Amino acid sequence: MADWRPAAKPELLRLRAETLARLRRFFAARQVLEVETPLLAPATVTDVHIDSIPAELQLPGSSTRFFLQTSPEYAMKRLLAAGTGACYQICKSFRQGEAGARHNPEFTMLEWYRPGFDLVQLMDEVEQLLLDFVPQASVVRLSYRQVFLRHLEIDPHEIRLDALRELAGARLSLDGSALAATDCLQLLLAQIIEPLLPEFCFIHDYPADQAALAKIERDRSGVRVARRFELFCCGIELANGYHEELDAGELRTRFARDRQQRAQLGRTTPAPDEKLLAALEQGLPPCAGVALGVDRLLMLVAGAGSINEVLAFPIGRV
Amino acid sequence: MTSYSTNEFKSGLKLLVDSEPCAILENEFVKPGKGQAFNRVKFRNLRNGRVWERTFKSGESLEGADVHELDMEYLYEDGEFWHFMKTDGSYEQLAADANAISEAKNWLKPQESYQVVLWNDRPISVIPPNFVELEVVQTDPGLKGDTAQGGSKPATLSSGAIVKVPLFVNEGDVLRVDTRTGEYQNRVAR
Repeated sequence: MADWRPAAKPELLRLRAETLARLRRFFAARQVLEVETPLLAPATVTDVHIDSIPAELQLPGSSTRFFLQTSPEYAMKRLLAAGTGACYQICKSFRQGEAGARHNPEFTMLEWYRPGFDLVQLMDEVEQLLLDFVPQASVVRLSYRQVFLRHLEIDPHEIRLDALRELAGARLSLDGSALAATDCLQLLLAQIIEPLLPEFCFIHDYPADQAALAKIERDRSGVRVARRFELFCCGIELANGYHEELDAGELRTRFARDRQQRAQLGRTTPAPDEKLLAALEQGLPPCAGVALGVDRLLMLVAGAGSINEVLAFPIGRV
Repeated sequence: MTSYSTNEFKSGLKLLVDSEPCAILENEFVKPGKGQAFNRVKFRNLRNGRVWERTFKSGESLEGADVHELDMEYLYEDGEFWHFMKTDGSYEQLAADANAISEAKNWLKPQESYQVVLWNDRPISVIPPNFVELEVVQTDPGLKGDTAQGGSKPATLSSGAIVKVPLFVNEGDVLRVDTRTGEYQNRVAR
């Protein structure tokens, strides 16, 4: 007989419901507007390492390729440009090919935007939200450079590519010779540094080439860094925030570079989202925004070792 | 031989890693939020049992290893090779070298069935059944009237293995031995 039963235990289904209610209370208390944007859209992200799941949409008189959205970021930025103000969304997001102990191709994301906030203010708010769920958490803030200096004795912004490849190859038993600098850094962070991080920790000021849609600025030592943070909790990457880049021309350049890199890797090259760019040309208010994995938050609160434990029907059981 | 992409990796899959036949024990998908996805894979080398980890970029491929297991009957050794016969009625014989036979040589008994792991149709390891029955060929006689509980002494079995046995065991007895631990289980009636 087909195995039809859910994976998550009843108490975890209840924990999910309570968590969603608590998140909504958190934002209601701060007058942040809940919004809902489409999961299906004709455009999608150009990120080098994120693939969207396509869907054929039949509309009267035509059939068009749409994409299940990898996050609500673009649509929410269009709302911000239209003057919505501070807003949040809890929705499903979709990523092609991502399945593992911490990944499910379809997952629940909490994303919110704060006009007028900078990265530090947004980290403060993320910390408050975390404390709502884990009151005893003591959250440390470290720069990307600090964690690499501390745990690998290298400056991630200065190290030469050959030295970095050699280090990655040796520490991770892999053939590093074909890896890009950013791949080596990300892998070293994920595999070597993450397990050594404080239990609750923000890492901020990423290398410029990991900026995605974050502002790039010079830090105190004059190095160009992305004003981006990630929150790591008990070894889990829980949230990813940006001080948002507002310049449409800059983002158009980044999208073009993404697409070039995707083409070199033999991956699809989605067209840039012209509606997002038009909204940015109109003007996005200065803001900071963050995405937080709700399933991973549940893993943290429940002490689950795998995302499958917190999903009613993980991909292997759908 | 077929190639397997990282997204087809699962435990038990047999692959060539550095030209060595290996089986996947664990396959962990690693993906930093915005970064390249990787697979961190734990393998067992099927020739020497060694376990090690390797990291691959997701989407990379590895060649499959033509490895399969066969129940075969042990026949004899000729000083260099240990000879086994297929039990499918073909009477086909294959020879395992010292590397392949390894620890299993302690538990060999003619006509007994063993699991032989073949790579490109050549034996690379031999797995004995969990329990084998072997005759004691040499052991000191138990002292007359010795009723001490828990005492033990070494005994050499027909396969050459030396196992610890209770004092009452005599030469000629047939013993049941756990091949995974090398421990005496009990005496069996002949």
